[in-house]
Amino acid sequence: MNVNQPAPPGVPYGQPQPGYTGYQSSYGGQPGPIIPPSPYGAYNGPVPGYQQLPPTGVPRAPPSSGTPPASTTARAPSGQSAYGQFGQGDVQNGPSSTVQMQRPPVSQPFVPAPVAPLVNQPATFQPYGSLPTSSQVTTQMAGMQISAPAAAPPPSGLGYGPPPTSMASASGNFPGSSLYGSYPQNLAPPTSLAQAHSGAQTPQRSVPLQASSFPPSAAGAPRPPSIAGPPMPVQSFGGPQVSQTNHASSPSPQAQPPLPGPPGPPPPPMHSSQPGYQLQQNGSFGPARGPQPNYGGSYSAAPNFAGQPGPPQPPPPKRLDPDSIPSPIQVIEDDRNNRGSEPFVTGARGQVPPLVTTNFVVKDQGNASPRYIRCTSYNIPCTSDMAKQAQVPLAAVIKPLARLPPEEAPPYVVDHGESGPVRCNRCKAYMCPFMQFIEGGRRFQCCFCSCVTEVPPQYFQHLDHTGKRVDFYDRPELSLGSYEFLATVDYCKNNKFPRPPAFIFMIDVSYNAVRSGLVKLLCEELKSLLDFLPREGGAEESAVRVGFVTYNKVLHFYNVKSSLAQPQMMVVSDVADMFVPLLDGFLVNVSESRTVITSLLDQIPEMFADTRETETVFAPVIQAGMEALKAAECPGKLFLFHTSLPIAEAPGKLKNRDDRKLLNTDKEKTLFQPQTGFYQSLAKECVAQGCCVDLFLFPNQYVDVATLGVVPHHTGGSIYKYACFQVESDQERFLSDLRRDVQKDVGFDAVMRVRTSTGIRATDFFGAFYMSNTTDVELAGLDGDKTVTVEFKHDDRLSEDSGALIQCALLYTSCAGQRRLRIHNLSLNCCTQLADLYRNCETDTLINYLAKFAYRGVLSSPVKTVRDALISQCAQILACYRKNCASPSSAGQLILPECMKLLPVYLNCVLKSDVLQPGAEVTTDDRAYVRQLVTSMDVAETNVFFYPRLLPLSALPVLENPLSKRVRDLIDSFRAQRSRYMKLIVVKQEDKLEMLFKHFLVEDKSLNGGASYVDFLCHMHKEIRQLLS
Amino acid sequence: MATYLEFIQQNEERDGIRFSWNVWPSSRLEATRMVVPLACLFTPLKERPDLPPVQYEPVLCSRPTCKAVLNPLCQVDYRAKLWACNFCFQRNQFPPAYAGISEVNQPAELMPQFSTIEYIVQRGPQTPLIFLYVVDTCLEEEDLQALKESLQMSLSLLPPDALVGLITFGRMVQVHELSCEGISKSYVFRGTKDLTAKQIQDMLGLTKPAMSTQQARPVQPQGQPFISSRFLQPVHKIDMNLTDLLGELQRDPWPVTQGKRPLRSTGVALSIAVGLLEGTFPNTGARIMLFTGGPPTQGPGMVVGDELKVPIRSWHDIEKDNARFMKKAIKHYEMLANRTATNGHCIDIYACALDQTGLQEMKCCANLTGGHMVMGDSFNTSLFKQTFQRVFSKDFNGDFRMAFGATLDVKTSRELKISGAIGPCISLNVKGPCVSENEYGISGTSQWKICSLDPTTTLGIYFEVVNQHNAPIPQGGRGAIQFVTQYQHSSTQRRIRVTTVARSWADAQNQFQHIEAAFDQEAAAVLMARLGVFRAESEEGPDVLRWLDRQLIRLCQKFGQYNKEDPSSFRLSDSFSLYPQFMFHLRRSPFLQVFNNSPDESSYYRHHFARQDLTQSLIMIQPILYSYSFHGPPEPVLLDSSSILADRILLMDTFFQIVIYLGETIAQWRKAGYQDMPEYENFKHLLQAPLDDAQDIMQTRFPMPRYINTEHGGSQARFLLSKVNPSQTHNNLYPWGQESGAPILTDDVSLQVFMDHLKKLAVSSAS
Repeated sequence: MNVNQPAPPGVPYGQPQPGYTGYQSSYGGQPGPIIPPSPYGAYNGPVPGYQQLPPTGVPRAPPSSGTPPASTTARAPSGQSAYGQFGQGDVQNGPSSTVQMQRPPVSQPFVPAPVAPLVNQPATFQPYGSLPTSSQVTTQMAGMQISAPAAAPPPSGLGYGPPPTSMASASGNFPGSSLYGSYPQNLAPPTSLAQAHSGAQTPQRSVPLQASSFPPSAAGAPRPPSIAGPPMPVQSFGGPQVSQTNHASSPSPQAQPPLPGPPGPPPPPMHSSQPGYQLQQNGSFGPARGPQPNYGGSYSAAPNFAGQPGPPQPPPPKRLDPDSIPSPIQVIEDDRNNRGSEPFVTGARGQVPPLVTTNFVVKDQGNASPRYIRCTSYNIPCTSDMAKQAQVPLAAVIKPLARLPPEEAPPYVVDHGESGPVRCNRCKAYMCPFMQFIEGGRRFQCCFCSCVTEVPPQYFQHLDHTGKRVDFYDRPELSLGSYEFLATVDYCKNNKFPRPPAFIFMIDVSYNAVRSGLVKLLCEELKSLLDFLPREGGAEESAVRVGFVTYNKVLHFYNVKSSLAQPQMMVVSDVADMFVPLLDGFLVNVSESRTVITSLLDQIPEMFADTRETETVFAPVIQAGMEALKAAECPGKLFLFHTSLPIAEAPGKLKNRDDRKLLNTDKEKTLFQPQTGFYQSLAKECVAQGCCVDLFLFPNQYVDVATLGVVPHHTGGSIYKYACFQVESDQERFLSDLRRDVQKDVGFDAVMRVRTSTGIRATDFFGAFYMSNTTDVELAGLDGDKTVTVEFKHDDRLSEDSGALIQCALLYTSCAGQRRLRIHNLSLNCCTQLADLYRNCETDTLINYLAKFAYRGVLSSPVKTVRDALISQCAQILACYRKNCASPSSAGQLILPECMKLLPVYLNCVLKSDVLQPGAEVTTDDRAYVRQLVTSMDVAETNVFFYPRLLPLSALPVLENPLSKRVRDLIDSFRAQRSRYMKLIVVKQEDKLEMLFKHFLVEDKSLNGGASYVDFLCHMHKEIRQLLS
Repeated sequence: MATYLEFIQQNEERDGIRFSWNVWPSSRLEATRMVVPLACLFTPLKERPDLPPVQYEPVLCSRPTCKAVLNPLCQVDYRAKLWACNFCFQRNQFPPAYAGISEVNQPAELMPQFSTIEYIVQRGPQTPLIFLYVVDTCLEEEDLQALKESLQMSLSLLPPDALVGLITFGRMVQVHELSCEGISKSYVFRGTKDLTAKQIQDMLGLTKPAMSTQQARPVQPQGQPFISSRFLQPVHKIDMNLTDLLGELQRDPWPVTQGKRPLRSTGVALSIAVGLLEGTFPNTGARIMLFTGGPPTQGPGMVVGDELKVPIRSWHDIEKDNARFMKKAIKHYEMLANRTATNGHCIDIYACALDQTGLQEMKCCANLTGGHMVMGDSFNTSLFKQTFQRVFSKDFNGDFRMAFGATLDVKTSRELKISGAIGPCISLNVKGPCVSENEYGISGTSQWKICSLDPTTTLGIYFEVVNQHNAPIPQGGRGAIQFVTQYQHSSTQRRIRVTTVARSWADAQNQFQHIEAAFDQEAAAVLMARLGVFRAESEEGPDVLRWLDRQLIRLCQKFGQYNKEDPSSFRLSDSFSLYPQFMFHLRRSPFLQVFNNSPDESSYYRHHFARQDLTQSLIMIQPILYSYSFHGPPEPVLLDSSSILADRILLMDTFFQIVIYLGETIAQWRKAGYQDMPEYENFKHLLQAPLDDAQDIMQTRFPMPRYINTEHGGSQARFLLSKVNPSQTHNNLYPWGQESGAPILTDDVSLQVFMDHLKKLAVSSAS
């Protein structure tokens, strides 16, 4: 056989193309234009609010300057010069003066008629009150009018009506005082002013000092019981005076000497106001309208109440003297004066701290600062029976990462090396000042569970003769109430030390967002804002990495790797099954990738300038951010900028379910509930990843905040809402919030556990967090503004001797990626007498708790039920007091515990709030927004939220004159105090916005049917009496 | 017509066709007794520089079931202007345009030399060609760089108005938008999730909302398709942009931990490519070009998990049913391939990796759509670079050697029916009277779709003679077959090529020698091999071998001349003499033997075997061996171990490999450097001659063969040793080391043994 092969293959049909190898040379990657980072000039960060020293506590004198501007100018040279001395000083007076202005219009429209008697009033009772009181003020005002009637701005006739500025939530906490501190000399001016106003007053003032000094001495520390004024208070003040004296003396015998007014270091008597304060503590209100020292505390209202039931008083409400009911402003002012000057030293157990509105310095001597923990009561009943009887909720409002004023040192960081913090073997409580070392220091007994634990050898230390460890003062965990431990790897997720967190900016680029100018504004701002990411300690550069996502119906991720000439966009349309399209290059270090980031932020507004996409997704955006963090194995925060109801086809798609017909029905609660359970499970996943979500909403219509807010809420994030956002009017507010939000220090992936002494137990938690079991509060993110309110219940007896301890341990990852434990300890007293409980309550904290409790209640019960329950609980609290603590008196008398005398007014504010009693103009979204907002507020915020500050401004937007400047400074100073930028609305009389303004006048009767303070107080009184009878 | 050999060659040149039998047995019974079926290898687009296409529509038979094209075999009545269809005998009027025809004024399609004719027809809109690159980024840096350069280079080879698109994949799949400026934009898909075409189009934003279509309608005239999308843009517009984009391509950024394979989402990437084209450009010529550097490791179509400790399936695993992912993956790719074929697009696979890449699972993508399959070790090799470049080669007219969306319609005379086809095609399921129930290959139809083809693409088409024995065909009767190929030319014209052939019928009783003499043993070997390989895809290897053996024995029994039970008397005529040898080498070939081949290699070899023309197919079955020595000019030598001599240089062409092998002495000479000495220039020439010849071969072949330059004792010499007939082995080579060739260390039977057995069985009356 032979091989019959085909011929060898033929001719080639083509020469190899020679061009090939040389080809690519011509295509060198052309480096894109490099845009230099724009220098960061415009923005200097928020003005630190309280750099100045706290007020020295000298009585602020009659802040009659309420109207100073007007009067000063009116009063020509002398006044003016005085005024000029203290510049912004009037700011400090703001709050108090506000009060004066505010109240009169309410109850008495400043008609000469009521004024007239008042004018007399001071003269009559002035001796008793050294402190400014409303009536006093009124007097002054009257005087002013008299003294300079012609010069005073005409509208003032209407009660300073002119153009008052209402701040959405203007504050009066310490803004005034901060400024005040820097201008010590301005103490003088007010005085002088006062003098100027009515020479008559000056002498009066000195008199009261003497007068007031008398009751305290008499009472020593008479019980704070309220006035059981004679049932038949005479309209005149002479009567009260008498009764006052009587009363003051009568209770004194029964009064327990132990705890007079403020526990702890008794207020130095040097202040002129002090005596007044004391007296007030004794709290005999009622007819003792005269005793001005009791400021609001004593109210001549009592007669009216008395009158109500009692036939003798025919038209009681009419006769009510609004000036005699407890005034928050007065209480605030007094506390400021009395307690603002001394540092609050936390050494002693069960001390009631100054009010949140008071500016004070804290010295940590073994208990956590009230900035971290505030309790509803610092003396808690030993038994649950007692607690039930009193109905006073036992709760602590904890702000674990609270920001401190510069003069207070942040918690020390304790590093125990590899062994980690020392803990009780049984309950796992952390080493704290209350642990008892025994057996020469070899063991310690847990102050919470009494279990005895061996002291680890490396921690051993000898005890001194008092049983204290020798190194007591060297170790923060033995001597301080708050401190931090460096966590070991055992405290880390997956036993790996965490990576530094990342911030992901996720920007809605749908039609609405682009058209409103939001996208452009935001991108422009981010370019500079990224230089101010939080950094730890003295770090030069923030460890936080950043990433960018834009979205409408689909998501666009950006690769901003530093090696790229241009950013790359990666579109993920599979919103049903979200994932992260890239890892490397998504989260970057700002300084390394600056050019690319700048280029991206320049291009985003252009890219979407012509978008016509109106639909958005929402849940996938969060999922994407979370997945990105998961892929990068780090915790982090998502900043979502969102405009509309997510109706695009995707998981978490929502319907417009806003229905005003549901108001006041059993279904109203559904408006507060999320419309799908999807977001709850998403929140759970986020928390597991340490992914905190901050949501900025820019809705033009209903966006279902109740549902969209679920994830931010459960992850410890914040929601900001700018309805009908317009760049011109809203940019300042938005940018300020954004700056603050981006810059603020945040802890990530946090777990908070509250341990208590045997006998009580943390049973309920309120705030923005997630709980997968009953004890651990999980917070994907936690910043210095976020607060957790914890309720305690008895599960056993407490003992008066050992008191009750609370230890809050927060495990978190710092913004530099360090794992830490922050421990706050607080010791409380325990009592077997109800009176002790009522003497150590904190009404602001109580309101904080009650509001949060009620706001949660609306999720499950009709609003009316919630309101009624609130009223009933408070009535019970007060009735219990009346029944068990107050000296017997006529049933017609309203008697309030000194510490709770503001409970009715504040409660009324809560009841009238938008959530519990919405007006016609309040949208469903607003209510849901407020509901969530309040849930994580601290005490200071709830205080001012429910009881807005009102300040007088005689003239508003004059341009470059000192007044205008002062006004603006004033506004700025308030803004600096708040965690959110306040919207400035200028309301003119008879403007349609006046309604809005009136809405904030919480002591008035509201249009939505909320009771006026006076009416409500009557109502409460009735309730209490019913309970008593 | 001198000899059958010349006849066969002429026919091949003119019509691109080779029949196994060139004279047809006239009855079904006789035909079946011929053992080798009546079949042909048909190259639809065989290059015909001498055939200018005509610019009018073909004239069709008016019978709806026939529709044969007017051809030289038709009887024409010039006076009545009538023509009779030679398939159904329908008499048809010429269309008005033909009014002027006469015996002297014939249209081209009636002239005998135009048995193959090509029409250019105006049909539908002309859409530019589409090239969609699907690029794996899980490559080594060097590989990726080389690939990027090749892709950038290819942009300059594409027709300027061609649309081009880019999809990259790794752990994710990215569809790149090409139109944008500034920020480069891509749509990203999860690599683990299979999506329907509708979903893909939705997610890419290709489904236009109802509103905008209504608005767009007045602007875009009806019938004018949506010409471009953001993802497919004319090359001339975006070549700079795309070049930059390719230049910036990074390796897949997802970390690959120790002991893992990168996550490669080939299955989803292909699915998205298919879906993208399906939605935007159905039924226009489009190539999806997949460049992959490893096996799919996640998502639908995954071939192996990402654990490196679990190796990719081998033939052993497959036989043991141990290939976990194979069936599911094959199902996925088959589904994709079918969709692609339905849309008239094709998928090329360029797989370059040292290990397997899953061609076994993905093969159908190329096989069913007529796409290319290229296998190499790295993208950074000339094998890949030049092969890829050759995809864009042009013919004598300057047109690309590629055509798209072809349908091949086969019509037969009544005595014949169509059994099936084997080649890179799918069935169009057109059942007609001429479709046989006797099935070979892709059967049950008279029409096939070939989504992509080039001038060498060759189909094996099998027929059945159905004429009954008792209905003799008159003397001189001829059977006819017409092949009508409609396709999109690379110039985007629609064209129809019609080939009409006829062969004489012969009565096997009286004219047996005619039939025997007209046997085309080369075509028959390739056609039988295709049948065997086709079977091997679905049957066990040994069964196929047994079937081939039985056919061979029966053929020898039928056509051999022998005395019963006397093997030594066995003779075969010239027209059959090579056939057993082809079968011997076929049995040893990688198309039927999987030993020593990975499943990927087998798929690769079979893929090419099923589409190459006769010449190339024969080389694949029986490689060519040339000898270069000082004894004379280069000559072909036996593919036998005896050809391996010390003083020879051998050049072996197996189609897939070019092996140059230096005999022992030559190798020593070269080592001693004689070629560099001026006085031994002839030695230098001798060394150079096979290199030049190898270059010639390599420059014409697609895909570029693997080039192996080895010598006696070299490890790569195994490529040669495994192919040659082991006539001398360690078993039979007595004087060890005697200068009579090289012993092969194998237990395989030699051709001699094979023939001895064959003769014995052929003459045995028992079988």
